[in-house]
Amino acid sequence: MELVAEPHDGFLAIRVEGDRIDAASAIRFKDRMRELTQGGQGRVVLDMARVSFLDSSGLGAVVAAMKALGRERPLELSGLTPTVQKVFRLTRMDSVFTIHPSLPGGLRHVS
Amino acid sequence: MSADCIPAAPDTWTAAAGFSLVLPGTPLGVRDALDRAMAAPCLADLSDMARGSLWIVLAEVLNNVTEHAYATARGTIVLRLWRFESGVAAEVVDHGAPMPGLELPAGRLTDIDSLPLEDLPEGGFGWFLIRTMTDWLIYDRVGQQNRLRFCMECA
Repeated sequence: MELVAEPHDGFLAIRVEGDRIDAASAIRFKDRMRELTQGGQGRVVLDMARVSFLDSSGLGAVVAAMKALGRERPLELSGLTPTVQKVFRLTRMDSVFTIHPSLPGGLRHVS
Repeated sequence: MSADCIPAAPDTWTAAAGFSLVLPGTPLGVRDALDRAMAAPCLADLSDMARGSLWIVLAEVLNNVTEHAYATARGTIVLRLWRFESGVAAEVVDHGAPMPGLELPAGRLTDIDSLPLEDLPEGGFGWFLIRTMTDWLIYDRVGQQNRLRFCMECA
């Protein structure tokens, strides 16, 4: 699982390249989030449009990343696929995050 | 095979499984097993929604085995799935440590509404998800084995 950071106007977008954030990749996810956000400022938007699956370890890793960024640097989410959305909704974590249908400003990466 | 996913039906757990696999009780073993299970021909007709729910529940159940039952000693897990007209039945067997108190965790969700950012839970979601998404769930310690059986209705 790889994360790619792209500076945008007003926020840092971090795109998850892998198709899942699970128990096998949760620690790697947290480490990469820390590396990519070190020393920066402003809000961070995690683009999860390519993530088709997230388990409770993956959810915990996303929550941990938000906590590590702190109050001054909100972590927002974008592009939740249906199964990922379900995990956020059932655990009510969808009430904790600002969730965008796609990257703000229509700046979604096209490849 | 009976028309309903009725766990009490005598043939529910003795019929030939639609899918069965022995997997290593490791995170990567679980990931690979989930890919294989979700590609099983017997599940091909499931809706995307039902497929997603089954994927989540199987992941939580199997990850629980690797993290707890096999916390100190590695072992294998046997996964079997049956497709019924009205849903899916699953059996997960391991040779690891028993559930504390020989009972399934309650799986209550922490009330996050009033919690400050730094106190938000980073875990404890697994059994809540399993209990929420299954329609029937039972755990037995059979000899030196843990046996978890569940049904999900998804006609």
